[in-house]
Amino acid sequence: MLDDFLVRAGLAGVGTALAAAPLGCFVVWRRMAYFGDATAHAALLGVALSLAFQGPIMVGVLASALSMAVLVQGLSGRGLAEDTLLGVMAHAALAVGLVAVSLMSGVRVDLMGYLFGDILAVSKTDLGLIWSGAAVVVGLILWRWQRLLTATLNPDLAQSSGISARTEQLVLTVALAVTVAVAIKVVGALLIGALLVIPPAVARPLARTPESMAMMTALIGSASAVGGLAAAYQFDTPTGPTIVCVAAGLFVLTTLFGARITR
Amino acid sequence: MRLMTAEGLSLGHAGATTLRDVDFHIDRGEIVTLVGPNGSGKSTLVKGLIGALRPLRGHVDQLRDLRIGYVPQSLQIDSFLPLTVTRFLCLPHRHSAEAMARALQEAGVPDLAKHQMRDLSGGQFQRVLLARALLMSPDLLILDEATQGLDQPGAAAFYRQIAEVRDQLGCAVLMVSHDLHVVMAASDRVLCLNGHVCCQGTPDVVQDAPEYRALFGTGTQGAFALYRHQHDHHHHHDHDHDHEDA
Repeated sequence: MLDDFLVRAGLAGVGTALAAAPLGCFVVWRRMAYFGDATAHAALLGVALSLAFQGPIMVGVLASALSMAVLVQGLSGRGLAEDTLLGVMAHAALAVGLVAVSLMSGVRVDLMGYLFGDILAVSKTDLGLIWSGAAVVVGLILWRWQRLLTATLNPDLAQSSGISARTEQLVLTVALAVTVAVAIKVVGALLIGALLVIPPAVARPLARTPESMAMMTALIGSASAVGGLAAAYQFDTPTGPTIVCVAAGLFVLTTLFGARITR
Repeated sequence: MRLMTAEGLSLGHAGATTLRDVDFHIDRGEIVTLVGPNGSGKSTLVKGLIGALRPLRGHVDQLRDLRIGYVPQSLQIDSFLPLTVTRFLCLPHRHSAEAMARALQEAGVPDLAKHQMRDLSGGQFQRVLLARALLMSPDLLILDEATQGLDQPGAAAFYRQIAEVRDQLGCAVLMVSHDLHVVMAASDRVLCLNGHVCCQGTPDVVQDAPEYRALFGTGTQGAFALYRHQHDHHHHHDHDHDHEDA
């Protein structure tokens, strides 16, 4: 069954959607969208590093995404407006990554593949890595769920119950880096942010509790992945962007009609 | 029983000290109020006491396993976060439905369990925050300007509720407030802050202290004038609208 490239692609898409779902909810609730972008864009730098040292791509991506996330977290709250700072980091990471990859002379690099993903070329090894990564992210977030939610509501409120807001932020940072490493093959560095933010936004009008929102996000993400894959196959369009298009279409639908369903 | 002690506490953000050399303590059953002008370090002190801010100097000691019920100054819930009152009460610890119903009852909002947090009015929201703090079975209840956004009758009712809660639970209460006249009357002890502890003692002592008068004005207008000062931050007395009924 795994010998069919379409089945592998579908499983890769669903695995990524599952990892992105609970994390994406926190990205939305904590208004970390730019933070996600900066981390995702840093992945490209990781690709360049992996090529330079001839190491596995996923390790390079994980390392650079983690460094970027920690760096951004360290710099935030130091006077410069957070929004601006994150914007600078996000775009600078992308630009530096592009330049660095292009400097890898002698290596033929499919740049488009890293920017927009190459889900149809997912190997069995990739699939194993994607699902392991997804398991790590989901496990981590489930384990810390109550603490993460409390810290998201208000850091001082969390602190008064002995929960360190900084520690919980770090948990999300690690989860984010792993998700980026998992998702780069599926949707590419440019659209990871979309995969994090759009499915939760689709789920919001349908949910009454954080838990139901996270579950629905997982469902919607998976449906977008499979639907996008099918549509891309049908219309011969690039797969990553098509997945995001399906998710965006669902967003329009639930935003227009969702309020009627829950009220 | 002494619940919490701070000695020589200096607090601040990013190198700038907002509060210097504070000695503080609170005992079981006591109601202590922090007053002071804006930027005087009231909220900073609260953050230092709950451990959200690391002291620049000095230290805070608390009873082992001290349970703190904290009602924050404000709580912005992102519009993308769906949260029912019941779900909110279960953060960070889950509670039984009966316990939650009892806490909501004690906080004076028995019928809100199934509402979305975002749909609550300001007064309901503060009471739900109080209910959540009560569910921790606190030894120490900390309220940081918990009546912000409430009108005066609402604030007065809220403080009556606090006094009732204290009598029932026997917990200590630490309040930060702008509503001086209401709070002062309900307090056992008042700390007046302005970058340091200006003066402290029973409400009577503090009200007559020269340091306090220098900050909040003096004399016969009493609490009424104090309220005005805090309310609009002008230091002239154009009583353009009426607070007499408060």
